[in-house]
Amino acid sequence: MAISDQAVGKSFDAVVYAVGREKIKEYASAVGETNALHFDAEFARAGGHADVVAPPMFAVVYCAAAIFPALFDPEVGINFAMMVHGAQEFEWGPLVVAGDEVTTVASVKEIFTKATNGFFIFETNSTNQRGDLVCKGTWTNIVRGI
Amino acid sequence: MAALEIGSELPQISVTPDRYLTNRYAGASGDFNPIHVDQEFAQAVGLPGRILHGLWTMAQVARLATDAGGGPHSLSRLSVQFRGMGLPEQELVVSGSVVAVDGDLVTLEAQVVQGGKAIIRSATAEIDPS
Repeated sequence: MAISDQAVGKSFDAVVYAVGREKIKEYASAVGETNALHFDAEFARAGGHADVVAPPMFAVVYCAAAIFPALFDPEVGINFAMMVHGAQEFEWGPLVVAGDEVTTVASVKEIFTKATNGFFIFETNSTNQRGDLVCKGTWTNIVRGI
Repeated sequence: MAALEIGSELPQISVTPDRYLTNRYAGASGDFNPIHVDQEFAQAVGLPGRILHGLWTMAQVARLATDAGGGPHSLSRLSVQFRGMGLPEQELVVSGSVVAVDGDLVTLEAQVVQGGKAIIRSATAEIDPS
């Protein structure tokens, strides 16, 4: 089945995520972080942070509500039964801490076919309440057997 | 902290995700794709069983990098390619080394191996330990 690249350039609605202390702890525990900066607000404050610090990969949490609608967009047309996560890149700016509000916009960067695989590459740009770019994500999903 | 020079090997991370890890990570991340949490579903679509979330495995590479850099502030970029499926209840070994140093910016290359197979390879991280 051929794929269409008509959705390239499409941008999705901005999603605001309010970063909470307990969510940071839950995420940090699930990935095996041990640094007290992620668990102990007093320790984090003593280190000059406003509250507990999100691990860099917490980006997947504040990006989730922005990236899922992009993946499921009918105009993008991904066949989920055949999709695998091929590659992922994040570039980080200032640290995210509990109490931040992070706004993420997802967009379709590239769609192309290579051999019998369809490549669907999305970009997310996440900014904090001060307008700093805290994370840029590049999400590469591969649909096998195009 | 050991000096980070070209060729320096980073302290490895060995981790064995327990039987319920994928459930906890699904809750923490919001990714409840049934291939990660439902054994019957996973097997019905041809997988050996529930598989690890690729982004959980990527987070283990991030830990290697932030441990080397001295904290979460140090990691400015991480790029990985997912090459295989990770499984719960089997040890993963995350290893890496320094491949470039440019002023304060240190570039690492890392991989994650499980059962003799690289499930993430040629991961690239940039850290600034300063």
